[in-house]
Amino acid sequence: MDKTLALVLLLSPFAGFLFNVFFGKKVSKGVSGAIGTITVLVSFLLSICFFAQLNQNGKPFEISLFDWISVHNFKLDFGLLLDQLSLLWLLFVTGIGSLIHLYSISYMHDDENMHKFFAYLNLFIFFMITLVIGNNLLVMFIGWEGVGLCSYLLIGFWYKNQSYNDAANKAFIMNRIGDLGFLIGIFILGSLFSTLNYVEIKQALLDGNANTALLSAAALCLFIGACGKSAQLPLYTWLPDAMAGPTPVSALIHAATMVTAGIFMVTRMNFLFDLTPDVQNIIAIVGAATALVAASIGLLQNDIKKVLAYSTVSQLGLMFLALGLGAYNVAVFHVITHAFFKACLFLGSGSVIHGLHGEQDMRKMGGLRKAMPITFWTMMISTLAIAGIFPFAGFWSKDEILMVAFEHNKVLWVVASIASIMTAFYMFRLMYLTFFKDFRGTQHQKDHLHESPSLITIPLVILAILAFIGGAINLPGSTWLNHFLGPILAAKHEEHALGSHEYMLMGIAMAGAVFGILWAYSKYIKQAFVPKEDAEIIGFNKVIYNKYYVDEFYTFLIVRPLNSLSNFFRTTLESALGKVVFSFGTVANGIGIQGKKLQTGSIGLYLFAFVIGICAIITYLFIAK
Amino acid sequence: MNNVINQIGIENYIFLASLLFCIGVFGVLYRRNAIIVFMSIEIMLNAVNLLFVAFSTFRQDAEGQVFVFFSMAVAAAEVAVGLAILVSVYRNIGSIDIANLKNLKG
Repeated sequence: MDKTLALVLLLSPFAGFLFNVFFGKKVSKGVSGAIGTITVLVSFLLSICFFAQLNQNGKPFEISLFDWISVHNFKLDFGLLLDQLSLLWLLFVTGIGSLIHLYSISYMHDDENMHKFFAYLNLFIFFMITLVIGNNLLVMFIGWEGVGLCSYLLIGFWYKNQSYNDAANKAFIMNRIGDLGFLIGIFILGSLFSTLNYVEIKQALLDGNANTALLSAAALCLFIGACGKSAQLPLYTWLPDAMAGPTPVSALIHAATMVTAGIFMVTRMNFLFDLTPDVQNIIAIVGAATALVAASIGLLQNDIKKVLAYSTVSQLGLMFLALGLGAYNVAVFHVITHAFFKACLFLGSGSVIHGLHGEQDMRKMGGLRKAMPITFWTMMISTLAIAGIFPFAGFWSKDEILMVAFEHNKVLWVVASIASIMTAFYMFRLMYLTFFKDFRGTQHQKDHLHESPSLITIPLVILAILAFIGGAINLPGSTWLNHFLGPILAAKHEEHALGSHEYMLMGIAMAGAVFGILWAYSKYIKQAFVPKEDAEIIGFNKVIYNKYYVDEFYTFLIVRPLNSLSNFFRTTLESALGKVVFSFGTVANGIGIQGKKLQTGSIGLYLFAFVIGICAIITYLFIAK
Repeated sequence: MNNVINQIGIENYIFLASLLFCIGVFGVLYRRNAIIVFMSIEIMLNAVNLLFVAFSTFRQDAEGQVFVFFSMAVAAAEVAVGLAILVSVYRNIGSIDIANLKNLKG
């Protein structure tokens, strides 16, 4: 029974995908959207059932569907594992997924390819479930590649715009680099343990006697994979460009779910990373650096979605910082709260863009507070959450990360704190530019300003509520999440006793956030500063505005040489090869032209040649004897 | 061994087969009627068959006879195809003189 339900949980979105692919065009847009939403909702409800069951008996539920690979002593079955970690992920993937599907019904209603959109979204949810529900790394890899594919399809959803296609290609290729690392990591682990099953690898590691150097290599490779998928330095540049996709996609895939796959994977393999402290250090440093770099770029972006994109990269960096410090539960906590408020922010920005008929530049917004009150208030709550203001969800999770960082390494703590202050600044800069002061767009837009329809605002409200209370799952006093994840994680992370130390850190974090907010307030409300036109930006601001020229650097370092290499191959090598191949053809042709003269058409001659030939053969045989 | 080979002598079979083969060869070379050419080819084929059977009996070994069965079966098929070609040649150019097939030139 449970097996069937688990299969339904997995395959329901896939059924939605099939329906929308084959019948989506024939049914009306509403039906297509409704089917897409309901299939995901089914998965969500089943996840709740399994979650309740697990909460009751505390036993992870593993089923093996079939023997997949069995070569020599390497054995692998295709199985599902519903334990604390995967269920937590399932809950918010399918939960937020359903809300975003609901939102998309209204948001994408004017698009002629709406059924295609829902097909891709459903396929994405299917692969995301595959990713988290598998019981071994190879199943995870299937989901991993699948979500990459869906991400590519959805970034390039408006395929008539070439720059969107380029963004899709960029995302796909960047991810490929990380995926190669992931794959190599899987190979190393497979050759070490002859299995890829999480439980079996964990057991083998607990038994000891594994080669530490190889383990470190495997962990590093896995982390490279996580870097690609979760947009960490140096592979983060695809994520801001991925905002070319429709806004619900940005919310679902590029903020709340897919980009957290890297964190899921590292948490899943925590027993491996615990044994390789060097790699953990690298993770922590990369995470902190990403948090700082991305946050600083976010300070000066003017595209509303780009700001959110960089903030996502920065928050992911904070999560990796926590992972690197061994505080997996803290990272998971932040993943969950981040999913709530970031999805809400993205959907809110989508609502704004929708209200302004596609305008994304914050310089042309302003004063939307009156026209869009629900959007404003929900986004405000989420902004307070991401800025880390007490008692919103983000405060608790971000504070935990800072506390862990403070315990382990003061430098990392300072870096993370600066990133947090910057976060508070640019998020309130976004709010002030978008919702306060006077409207700076065209008169036509101003006349048509309106609050979005209820299908858009309902998910916003639900997510805002979650962003408000989401922190309750792991308050410093009652740490439900830590307990829940206990069986998965090596319980070495001791509970914080709430001493003066912790209160002081909380106070500093709060003060930092408030400082960031006041900074933004003085600049954008008091001085009514509006960011300048692109051409007028000078000095260091210009460097930041152009994202430190990282893209240009990559172009210079990798893309250009690759292009010139391919050019070389095409012009020089290919033509040389072509000449060789063609010369074969020329020779064969010449032989044919000469040979055809033998065919005179005189049958008598043929027969004569035939008899002469026989005589020659017979004579030869006689002589040879 | 009291059989036809011993009574007549193997060399006579060889002479006969050679004679038949030469008749076939000259028929092929001199005649221009395609059906005659065809018959000549069959004579050559059967000369070889005769030799096969003769040696088979001479050596008390059935293999040669088995081989002849195969070659006869193949010859029958070949005749069918060859005659069909001749019929269609005749329909096209109204003659079966092989000298008239010049336009088979490559």
